[in-house]
Amino acid sequence: MGGFENFFAHYNYVATIVLMVAGLYIVIARGNMIKKLIGLMLFQTSVYLLYIAPGKIIGGTPPILDANFTIYSNPLPHVLILTAIVVGVATIALGLAIVSRIHEAYGTIEEDEIIARDDQE
Amino acid sequence: MIVTIAIVRMRNLFGVIALSGVYSFLMASVLMVYDAVDVAMTEAAVGAGVSTVLLLAALHLTKSLEYPMPRPAAVPLIVAVGVGLALIWATYDLPAFGIADAPIHKHVAPHYLQNAIKETQVANVVSAVLADYRSFDTFGEVIVVFTAGIGVMLLLKGRRTRRDGSQGETP
Repeated sequence: MGGFENFFAHYNYVATIVLMVAGLYIVIARGNMIKKLIGLMLFQTSVYLLYIAPGKIIGGTPPILDANFTIYSNPLPHVLILTAIVVGVATIALGLAIVSRIHEAYGTIEEDEIIARDDQE
Repeated sequence: MIVTIAIVRMRNLFGVIALSGVYSFLMASVLMVYDAVDVAMTEAAVGAGVSTVLLLAALHLTKSLEYPMPRPAAVPLIVAVGVGLALIWATYDLPAFGIADAPIHKHVAPHYLQNAIKETQVANVVSAVLADYRSFDTFGEVIVVFTAGIGVMLLLKGRRTRRDGSQGETP
């Protein structure tokens, strides 16, 4: 296993994981709730990449059947991720609705201020 | 990736949302390169379109400036980097990118590719699998979106003065 070639064979996974970690960092480190949801979105899109990338075959075409092509990329991850995208947007919509309710109740969407407010009561 | 770092650093939420739209389009192009045309289309429409609109609607209802870092960032950074390194280490057990004899291409995928025309008369295998072989999954997905829509409606009910109508409905 040559280390260098091995790195380039897995380069796409490294990029995916950098995105994933950036999302994770936003979710943990930022107190603003809309920002947290955007971090969640980053994490989700990196998961899309994680699923789609192994389905790609170099030299393959998109999985739309045609007599002129014989190698197709794997259609199954595409199906799963189509479902995941739509469910992800539903999740984000629900989260944003909750955030706007929190803003209505507390007047802020910063996590620290909300915790401070709860401690006072 | 530069866009991602900008999203992490930026405080103005309006700018962050604009950048997340840009990010979704870039993601759609990457998916295009990975031969996932249907997914790329959905990501461009849903990720860049609907999500951006939803985020802007939520921003309209709340504030657009994030406060400066109120807490130490060292612990999250260490956790994130640690998780990242562990994951990168784990990816070296995965098959290399783009080769045709990876295990993922050995199980049900060839069946779909070979029999889709015969069994469903649909040339687009992604549609065939989504609506034919796994239509119960898709039905479940529709239920999830419907439930989210109900949740959003219930949460935003009683708000009459400033209405944003952010629903979960997507194609």
